[in-house]
Amino acid sequence: MLAVTSAPRIDAKKRAVLDARKRQFAKATWETETYPHRLNFYLTPPTGDIALEQFEEWAIARLKVLAELEACQFRNRSPAETEEYMKPVLEKYMRLSSNASRSSEVDAERKRDHYSHWTLRLAFSSTADLRQRFARLEAQLFRLRMQWDDARERRAFIDSLAMSWETVSEEEKAQWRTELKAATRVWADEEESWFKVAWENVPELVERRQCLLKRGVAYVHVREQSTMVVNEFSRQLESGLELAGRFLPRMDEDNRLSPILHHLSQSFVAPDAGYSESSSIGDITIPTAASIDGLSQHFPLCMQNLHRELRKNSHLKHFGRLQYTLFLKGIGLSLEESILFWRKSFKLVADDKFKSEYLYNIRHTYGDVGGDANRRGRGYTPYSCQKLLTEAPPSSGQAHGCPYRTYAPDNLIALLQNVGVTDRPLLQGVREDVGKQRFHIACNRVFEHAHKGDLRKVKEEGLWAASELDTILHPNGYFKRSFLLKNLGRVKAGDLGVDGPGVGRSGEGEKMEM
Amino acid sequence: MPHATSPSPEQDAPANVEDSYMTDAPPAPAEDAERTGDTTDSQPLPANGAPPTLESMFDDDDDDGDEFSSSGPTKADESSQEKPQQQQPSKPKYSSPDILRQFYQRLFPFRWLFQWLNHSATPQPDFQNREFAFVLPGGAYIRYQSFMTADLFRKQCVQMTPERFEIGPQYSVNPRDRKQLRKASAFKPIMKELVFDIDMTDYDPIRTCCSGAAICNKCWQFIVMAVKVVDAALREDFGFQHILWVYSGRRGAHAWISDKRAREMDDTKRRALANYLVLTMGNEQGKRTGIKRPLHPHLDRSLKILNPYFQDTVLADQDPWHSPERAEKLLQLLPDKGLTTALQKKWDSTPDRSSNQKWADIDTVAEAGSLTTLSAKQLVDAKQDIRLEYTYPRLDAEVSKKLNHLLKSPFVIHPGTGRVCVPIDTRTLEDFDPLTVPTVTDLLQEIDAWDANHGTMSDEERAKVQDWQKTSLKGYVEYFRGYVAGLLKEESKGSKRGREEEVQEGAESMEF
Repeated sequence: MLAVTSAPRIDAKKRAVLDARKRQFAKATWETETYPHRLNFYLTPPTGDIALEQFEEWAIARLKVLAELEACQFRNRSPAETEEYMKPVLEKYMRLSSNASRSSEVDAERKRDHYSHWTLRLAFSSTADLRQRFARLEAQLFRLRMQWDDARERRAFIDSLAMSWETVSEEEKAQWRTELKAATRVWADEEESWFKVAWENVPELVERRQCLLKRGVAYVHVREQSTMVVNEFSRQLESGLELAGRFLPRMDEDNRLSPILHHLSQSFVAPDAGYSESSSIGDITIPTAASIDGLSQHFPLCMQNLHRELRKNSHLKHFGRLQYTLFLKGIGLSLEESILFWRKSFKLVADDKFKSEYLYNIRHTYGDVGGDANRRGRGYTPYSCQKLLTEAPPSSGQAHGCPYRTYAPDNLIALLQNVGVTDRPLLQGVREDVGKQRFHIACNRVFEHAHKGDLRKVKEEGLWAASELDTILHPNGYFKRSFLLKNLGRVKAGDLGVDGPGVGRSGEGEKMEM
Repeated sequence: MPHATSPSPEQDAPANVEDSYMTDAPPAPAEDAERTGDTTDSQPLPANGAPPTLESMFDDDDDDGDEFSSSGPTKADESSQEKPQQQQPSKPKYSSPDILRQFYQRLFPFRWLFQWLNHSATPQPDFQNREFAFVLPGGAYIRYQSFMTADLFRKQCVQMTPERFEIGPQYSVNPRDRKQLRKASAFKPIMKELVFDIDMTDYDPIRTCCSGAAICNKCWQFIVMAVKVVDAALREDFGFQHILWVYSGRRGAHAWISDKRAREMDDTKRRALANYLVLTMGNEQGKRTGIKRPLHPHLDRSLKILNPYFQDTVLADQDPWHSPERAEKLLQLLPDKGLTTALQKKWDSTPDRSSNQKWADIDTVAEAGSLTTLSAKQLVDAKQDIRLEYTYPRLDAEVSKKLNHLLKSPFVIHPGTGRVCVPIDTRTLEDFDPLTVPTVTDLLQEIDAWDANHGTMSDEERAKVQDWQKTSLKGYVEYFRGYVAGLLKEESKGSKRGREEEVQEGAESMEF
């Protein structure tokens, strides 16, 4: 404690980039930064001087690119479509020429790229949420650019990285050839070259059993190299962001930069798949333990399925329980009602068993018990589609996850028919979507079919903003929309709209209704 | 009480402390205080009585682990049979404080458990900052216990008589001091053995002999298969050497991997490794995650290990497709309509065919030309898939994925069966019989019997024999001792090398 108070306070504006004692010996990197490669790992922060306007302009340009990239994801574009779409966008805002182009702009372009990255890094390091989003998008951008890079330049770039891999020798190849091929799934026409790394460096490949393991050494096919580079890029960026986040508070005094940075992070508001408080229907009707059965018709298939399983077995396994409890919390079911709901639903379970094995979990989900962080955050947030689509698939006896993904197509169709979705062309469409792994397109298709009439009405009368008719990315969003659409007439006009009773919009809504 | 020679615990406590005094523990408390500085003073000494009880009251309701991701108590809900509450009414005798106290005092190998977790003979943070969680006879669950020395650990066990205790990770600071930190995030797990849990419940869909908590020698074979496959993968693929398999006390097995490289893995690596070993089988929703061909070398090797078991254990002993309803399941696994209808017809006409015959029928019927959509090669693959489904290890993978997951310690007593969670020697894996593992009451009787038989021995000689050596626990403790010795040898090699390098570097820098 003493040490902290006695430490000298450094004026942030006057703080030197380098330690004062080392400074005089350091190589001056001021404005002498060179960019031999088109790609950049952004390991060293820029040290040159730029105008404040440039600082902002460059960052805004990069931000636009990232926002477009994120939008591609939300529209569920395939990688090929994304590439197609992003090409002109990048060309326009963040051109990066190759060495071969011999453009005179090369250095200026690369400098812009370098500086804008570091500006945004500062802007998005403040919260874990922003950091994660930024790192994800930057990694995607990096991957895109690497794909477009000229093969020779990419190789030069990869070789310039200090990564510890070793090529597999011919003798070793001869010795393990069949195993190497089986493990890395090398087809007849593919290059037969591999490299060795410690398995800890390629956990993703180990996880999917896509490399050969020998006593802790992973034999990886060369085609994975670019993936590894991208992974390394995200890893470096994530730790860099965390570091930046830690230093950010010291920068707050700077009244030139912080408004810009604040503004930048504020404007990064593409539609987020996250859960928002407003997806509960608490302002219209208050859900109770007894009303869940009735409301369940508005649930997306994943939740309907859990509900049916629960009713059938009077039990749900852990992950199913967790997923469903969170969803119910999201629609506005209070903790008391939730406990009541589960107590009644687990009717074969004795009271003391319920208390000792289940009650704590429910309370924990609501943030009623548990560690400080859990309580302060009021428990967990309801799972988004993305979460449901990426977590481990259910094994026997479990029913969690997204049924569009976890069910075999035939069983899925049977399930849909059981919940009353019988339209043949629709089911055919679902089957195709699922075949192409576009699970939530299938889910949205079912939603749109079920609410065809109401959706048309809403669109024609312009009751909802366009963003409220976008693809659904959250089970709670599905529920809210479904519920509102089915209650268009009954709900008081002012409460219409997914965003709940908006102050400005409620007047408009009333006019529309009249 | 059958133990006529052991009077009430209070009376014989000093004598027992004497006879099993641990040589690795500091012989005199003074020395200990010297080495660890004043930390020992702040350590609530369990012997004083009051502090631990207070601790337990506080700790019990604010255990702040995020319970969805980790730790024993919540995990238990899927295997509710293991819950002590349910066992207590029927078999309270194993977890009575008297028996437990005697067990901890006279039999539990604290010394080697300490060395195993500490990786050295002198206490270091590996052990001192490690979390232990106690399950008390009343059902209370106390987390974040830690101990400066093996002796203090033993004292608290004797005093609190936990029904069982679980071992967690080493934390960045002493778990008992976690509330004193200014930032909660500074308290984080940094090291733990890589662990695996194989539980018979996961085999319920494919075993016919028993179900739920029950186990017999037939279904124990599933555990034997799993141990072989996992052990081979850990050694050959990951290069781990220090793997301890432990009987979980009823119907499963745990593995503890103590290699330095394994201990230092973070959650991503643990998850990767666990998923490498896990094979997702089909679920009830009919979705089957196809196993890709050619088979990954790990699966290929596993299949080679498992093939003989499929013949003997699965087809002959378990006979999983004998009844028509069960045979239905086999048919579902064969993705060819023509073949399944032909088989169905055949089995309908001759109902009493064994699984072995039915398995052979697949080939004969297929050769007779009833394959419609599958090629012969695909049928071979489908049959391989079925063999894997019926033999491949079913791991409770969540246990392995988290650094901060707690797992029941070796050598504690299973509260339901009273059996000691003894280590399994993989060299004689086939001979291990879970049903002959000694229970705590057996062991205490064995001590009495030994004492009665050796009444003529002089007191001096008698003092040389420790209580565990008088019982059938002896073999297990000796195996564990040997295993720990091997681990410590390896560790000291590593640290010696480290020191030599330092010296060398030092020498080099001297030149300048």
